[in-house]
Amino acid sequence: MRIGLTSIFVDDQEKALRFYTEVLGFQEKNDVPLGEHRWLTVVSPEQPDGVEIVLEPNAHPAVVPFTEALVADGIPFTAFSVDDVQAEVDRLKGLGVRFTQEPLRMGPVTTAVLDDTCGNLIQLAQMHADQGVAG
Amino acid sequence: MGDVFKALADPTRRAILDELQERSGQTLFELCTRLVMKHGVGSSRQAVSQHLEVLEAAGLVHSRREGRYKFHDLDTTPLRTIVERWPPPPASPQPQPPEGPPCGSA
Repeated sequence: MRIGLTSIFVDDQEKALRFYTEVLGFQEKNDVPLGEHRWLTVVSPEQPDGVEIVLEPNAHPAVVPFTEALVADGIPFTAFSVDDVQAEVDRLKGLGVRFTQEPLRMGPVTTAVLDDTCGNLIQLAQMHADQGVAG
Repeated sequence: MGDVFKALADPTRRAILDELQERSGQTLFELCTRLVMKHGVGSSRQAVSQHLEVLEAAGLVHSRREGRYKFHDLDTTPLRTIVERWPPPPASPQPQPPEGPPCGSA
């Protein structure tokens, strides 16, 4: 058994595809029309055969209250790994991305939290090889 | 306004103020992360939320909704009432040591 897919609820699939590809830098992998919506997935260009993210419509009535409550408290439900959080924050801010948490080093990890404009907060995480104290 | 002294009496609430002093304008998520990572406070989000309510009632923290998120800011103005209530005494000459041998030395 392997992990192949993970889902993110989005309020608009077309807008989400643009954000996840043009802004974050992922690549479209699957786009299959399914009635009103699409089966739409993206992958990291660094791992084109790796885990796919399904950009899932948030049409079910339970989804919006759930995601809105998480966002209000600043909680990122999904995290992506990066080599350099500060560099990504600088790059993404240049593209107009809004961050609800600036880079914060907590022991072995530095994180930041961004708004994906589709109803979610996303955490960027960088593991530090030295595992040293903050600084 | 709630009781500033009661608000300050709890170590977790003082830790919240410490973290907001370092960076004002934090989400509940960031505050919880800082409390657990830097202070070893493993309180639930609900517990931290309740601490924030006490701090807000005392005027030490203000929460603001910005778009879809809620941020918490530090306000140290209520601490001034403490200094104003017990101001340092006006400068006075230091008491001189008494003349003669110290008590009990005879």
